[in-house]
Amino acid sequence: MTTTSTTSDDTGRRVRAKVTVGEDLLSVEHLRVHFPTEDGIVKAVDDLTFELKQGRTLGIVGESGSGKSVASQAIMGLHRGTRAKVSGAIRFAGVDLLQVSDEELRRRRGEDIAMVFQDPLSALHPYYTIGNQLAEAYRVHHKVSKTAARARVIEMLDRVGIPSPKSRIDNYPHEFSGGMRQRAMIAMALINDPRLIIADEPTTALDVTVQAQILELIVDLQKEFGSSIIIITHDLGVVAEMADDILVMYGGKAVERSDADTIFYSPQHPYAWGLLGSMPRMDRIRMERLRPIPGNPPSLINLPKGCAFNPRCPYASDELGCFTVEPDFDATLPHPVRCLIPEGERMAIFREKVQPTL
Amino acid sequence: MTTTTDHVTTTAPSTSGASGDREVILRVGGLVKHFPRRTKGILPRADDPVKAVDGIDFVLHRGETLGIVGESGCGKSTAGRTVLQLIKPTAGTIEYLGKDVTGVHGRQWRRLRTEMQMVFQDPYGSLNPRQTIGSIVGAPFAIQGIKPPGGVKAEVQSLLERVGLNPEHYNRYPHEFSGGQRQRIGVARALALRPSVIVCDEPVSALDVSIQAQVVNLLEDIQNEFNLSYVFIAHDLSVVRHISDRVAVMYLGKFMETADRDELYANPLHPYTQALLSAVPLPDPRKEGKRRRILLTGDLPSPINPPSGCVFHTRCPKFREELSDADKQRCIGEVPQQREVAPMHQVACHFPGPATVDVVKLESVEDMFARAAAEGAVNAEDVGVPAASVHPDPTAAPEPQT
Repeated sequence: MTTTSTTSDDTGRRVRAKVTVGEDLLSVEHLRVHFPTEDGIVKAVDDLTFELKQGRTLGIVGESGSGKSVASQAIMGLHRGTRAKVSGAIRFAGVDLLQVSDEELRRRRGEDIAMVFQDPLSALHPYYTIGNQLAEAYRVHHKVSKTAARARVIEMLDRVGIPSPKSRIDNYPHEFSGGMRQRAMIAMALINDPRLIIADEPTTALDVTVQAQILELIVDLQKEFGSSIIIITHDLGVVAEMADDILVMYGGKAVERSDADTIFYSPQHPYAWGLLGSMPRMDRIRMERLRPIPGNPPSLINLPKGCAFNPRCPYASDELGCFTVEPDFDATLPHPVRCLIPEGERMAIFREKVQPTL
Repeated sequence: MTTTTDHVTTTAPSTSGASGDREVILRVGGLVKHFPRRTKGILPRADDPVKAVDGIDFVLHRGETLGIVGESGCGKSTAGRTVLQLIKPTAGTIEYLGKDVTGVHGRQWRRLRTEMQMVFQDPYGSLNPRQTIGSIVGAPFAIQGIKPPGGVKAEVQSLLERVGLNPEHYNRYPHEFSGGQRQRIGVARALALRPSVIVCDEPVSALDVSIQAQVVNLLEDIQNEFNLSYVFIAHDLSVVRHISDRVAVMYLGKFMETADRDELYANPLHPYTQALLSAVPLPDPRKEGKRRRILLTGDLPSPINPPSGCVFHTRCPKFREELSDADKQRCIGEVPQQREVAPMHQVACHFPGPATVDVVKLESVEDMFARAAAEGAVNAEDVGVPAASVHPDPTAAPEPQT
């Protein structure tokens, strides 16, 4: 664990000792988030285990309803005080965030872990100015005067590329464009130099040209601050650009995890094959037809028996037990895959049938 | 094969151009849509309008797909709606099968409506939650007073079946369906009267990738079956490339560049098209690492006060970095007209030219075989022929019966 020595500079801002890149920062163990409803228990996240090292970026991909956002909300402790049943462990720098007091969690939110939401217009308060909201985020964690906080806000707005921050600071969110609001959100997330940033679909609502600006900004800031990032998205292009490691989720469970290179060039789970195969590729010869994954994502209340992906999997068979046996996910392996097809056979299918079409 | 002559690159006519001598179904000329604004106060007066669509021209042939791409706020949706006269154009002409239909209204327009339909973006907002899907898909018949041969119900059920839904779900309500299925309902409704033109406004952007591919395939299938023409409006450049025959790139109410699909993606000549293409992240980390982006600075200017001259000059990387002061004056002062720089390739730029960086290095056929060989494909034939007809594979599976 890295210690955070806190000294103060002249603006009262705490300066953290440089963190060591490469140490385990976050480890999520057997995380379960279940929502009891009238129709049954929604197992939004079921037995999720992963680790994240300091300075690295983890991409979580999956379709809507695969549990990726719920998992990130659990890390932030956003399910506290709701009916959600959360179990497992979320160790952040050695401390289990599920066990800490509300007060402790509140202190850590923003200071240690910050979140960038998908829709900045609904994540920012329409009634307060941008400067007001950012300054509040800063003053909650730092005992500084309003003037000092304001100076810090201007500095951050400038850092994320908002033009003329000195006058923009007094604008309301609706006076900003979509890209600028997202920049302001990022500034707010970074204002306390958090060690972990969770970005939940940070660019989904933005145009590609603005998305390119924002992604570049996130990468730059990561280099500068040495933070770890969890980026949640359904856009495989975005993870290809950003992520060091990738976790693929399906039906509330992790189905495959490895480094980005492996996931893109030798994925092993049929769902990952389907995802990669179903998207039109701008950089490849145009195909006559796209190859969608047949069927629909499963209901999280009634997951299919056996492997949750079996109704949509072209390789599911009775002999393998796909319809009865639930496959394991050994999170200790470097490249775990939740699939019953034996590894050798899977490699062969990938090489012969899948790879030539990707 | 490219020859460069004074900023302008000409390319051999693309063979994939679907245009040729096919029947022109829709011809749009100088289409303008300005939304008036009124200032409030004691003396209300008309203020500068929002110039959502500011003079666009295009031709749509039978069976062809025209893709319109652009950032949000560029006017692409307004363009689609104005073409269908769901909103009244401020100026310009719309010809359907050679007949000027601009300003036609009332009963005549209702007749024409059977020929032109629309699929909307939001599969949640575009279906009335209080109607069964049977009455949603059957509504066009009721409105038009058309009695299909076997009765409305039988026709609606066959439509539902055609778009991959269970015809027995006739009496269900929209909330009982997933996003992808709802979009299929929207397609069935648009298809009901056998139109010849369908304007699809972001039909797949609200859907997950795996489902998106299902709907894109469905749209292509019914296009082939009924010889439909599409105006396909989207912001996703990969999807647009997949589905379109021709592509128009729109910026602040104007077309910046129009070309055949392959030509546009392989040889973009407008700096905006180049920036747009280079901004798309590719699902390929090794390639991503090597790519250089053309970053646009700032945001889309307001369509109330678009920049003078070329509307793109305020964000244009070429304007900023390459042009001399005299050239810059031209960009600021003179509106560039669409001009044909190659057959079927129009660019509205004073100084068009190939990008300085590889925007999207599109693989060649040789590259594709090389990749397949390197990646251990059994033999090159397995990969597909240059026409890129991909041979059947198990993941393609039959279209889902949802």
